[in-house]
Amino acid sequence: MPLILSIAMTHVRGRLRQSVVSVLGVMLGVGFSIAMAALMQGSQEDFIAMLVDAMPHVEVSDETRDPAPPPAASFYGAVNVIGARPDDDTRGLRNPTRLRAMLESWLPGRMTMTLAGQAVLRYGGRDVAVSLTGVDPASYLKVSTIGGDMRAGSFIELAANLNGIVVGSGVAEKLGARLGDTIAASTSSGAVRRLKIVGIYHTGVTQADDATAYAMLKTAQVLFARPDVVNRIAVKLDDINAARSVAARIERMTGYRATSWQEANEALMEVLVVRNVIMYTVVGAILLVAGFGIFTIVSTIVHEKARDIAILKSLGFGQGDIRRIFLVEGLVIGAVGAVLGSILGYLITVGLDSVTFEVRTNVEMTSLPLTYSPLHYLIASGFALLAAGIAGYLPARRAAKLNPVEIIRGAS
Amino acid sequence: MSPAPKDGGTAVAPQPVAVPLIEARRLTRVLPGTVPVTLVRDIDLTIRAGEFVAITGPSGSGKSSLLYLLGLLDLPSQGEVLIEGEATHLLSERRRAAIRLSTLGFVFQFHFLLPEFSITDNVMIPMRKLGRLPAREMRERAQGILADLGLGDHLQKRPDQLSGGQRQRVAVARALANEPPAILADEPTGSLDSKSSDQVFEILRALVDDHGKTVIAVTHDLDMAARMDRRLHLVDGMLADP
Repeated sequence: MPLILSIAMTHVRGRLRQSVVSVLGVMLGVGFSIAMAALMQGSQEDFIAMLVDAMPHVEVSDETRDPAPPPAASFYGAVNVIGARPDDDTRGLRNPTRLRAMLESWLPGRMTMTLAGQAVLRYGGRDVAVSLTGVDPASYLKVSTIGGDMRAGSFIELAANLNGIVVGSGVAEKLGARLGDTIAASTSSGAVRRLKIVGIYHTGVTQADDATAYAMLKTAQVLFARPDVVNRIAVKLDDINAARSVAARIERMTGYRATSWQEANEALMEVLVVRNVIMYTVVGAILLVAGFGIFTIVSTIVHEKARDIAILKSLGFGQGDIRRIFLVEGLVIGAVGAVLGSILGYLITVGLDSVTFEVRTNVEMTSLPLTYSPLHYLIASGFALLAAGIAGYLPARRAAKLNPVEIIRGAS
Repeated sequence: MSPAPKDGGTAVAPQPVAVPLIEARRLTRVLPGTVPVTLVRDIDLTIRAGEFVAITGPSGSGKSSLLYLLGLLDLPSQGEVLIEGEATHLLSERRRAAIRLSTLGFVFQFHFLLPEFSITDNVMIPMRKLGRLPAREMRERAQGILADLGLGDHLQKRPDQLSGGQRQRVAVARALANEPPAILADEPTGSLDSKSSDQVFEILRALVDDHGKTVIAVTHDLDMAARMDRRLHLVDGMLADP
């Protein structure tokens, strides 16, 4: 064992009880920070997974990010055109066939085209306003999890029934309609169509269950009086983290607004960042308290070992050697605490993982979402060692500056 | 026995040697403060290899202060100390520590052994710091020195398991660990009974006579000083005739 380390270890062993208390402080700090990080990241990933699963990773809409100026204004340049009335433009993504071909050639994922609009569903004298989306069921199921949320019937049933409709559980409840019932759907174009409920879904998201419905794309185009028009492209990517760059590329290629899931949930993402900052602040505070424990023990040792410091200096130890001895003491306590804390953190995480509880809306037992990541252990241990290093360095610096002559005179 | 120094403060050592091991030039040490205290003043001296030098004087005359200055444990306010011809007052703290490690060995009134280590490990500490020898040779050398000093049966004991005289012999062994040419001893027998004092003195004597070491010892014991080769007498921080 190197000389500096062996001297440091004898000091730590000589103050065993206080050293153990300091180690316990670091251990608890590291352990709980690891468990907390596992829980926080787990819940964050779970939340994002739910969020991302329920919506397209990228959604292309029939809008532009920066609305184009009126043609007259751009044509006449500096002239201020007043009273010009632009033509009514039919909304929708132009030339969807070409768009599909263009995107499918490079898109790292799946896509589907839809037409969404407002409709009113009527059954037995009850009206419910919904957002009706016309879809191609086969391709839509590849980008949506709705197939797994079906309570009755099936989503793919739409493909076999042009006059079919799939509604949310809340919509069905409000209408008082059940699977197999035929309801009337009308839109602002004046078109009315009788559609048979071929499926009822329940996602758990009130907005989706109470105010959305799906029909075949052709049916929707007829209802909205917009033949061959689509106004949304939903994209599911193989890598969700590529959403921003893919959205930007689609925008550059098509000119239409493409919104990534991160952009659509920017406020939520900020909340998650704030949550992480709070977590690491709490963890930092815990380890800071542990650092004070180390500072106290190393300071006490410096005070007690002043005579040894003097004699070591007389033997030829320099200030740097003395500083290293006490710095190592702090680091040894920090390192032992970090190792034990990592074990404790793992055990707490495993313990939390085994806890199951029942959520009212779920039939299955639910467990806490946890993430096991080596990064948590590295960060917590690294922070503990940093705190231990600082806590050890301050008294170590004082020890290095002790005047051996004064101590030797005092001792004699 | 009355004190009978062989010569005065500037006397020449009995064995003529050419190289001054330690030199002090106009050495002054003043403790700063509201009322500055002069510990030693304007001391010039030369100590050559192989000398056995006593530093005597009344309490507070600056004996230990002079020893600490000569041993580079303290820095002079004015003047300089030369070790083997090298001026030390402008050297870095690290370099001065290195000179202490390889050239000077200290023995204090109290043994100042590290209580957690065995006496063998205590003697090995300077060797391990110097790092010139493999671990096994260090241990063999440490145990050899301890055996030479009559401690061969106590090699694995800790300092608190030994008598005062034995501990002081361990301190001498530790001072010899790196074979320094000079041993600086501050009241090495001050806390020992007469029998142990004699044993320690004889060890120091043998270091000079048999091993050619230079020993500089602060002592109150004038009988002991008289048995050394040369005596430096301090009064009020200045060299004076004994």
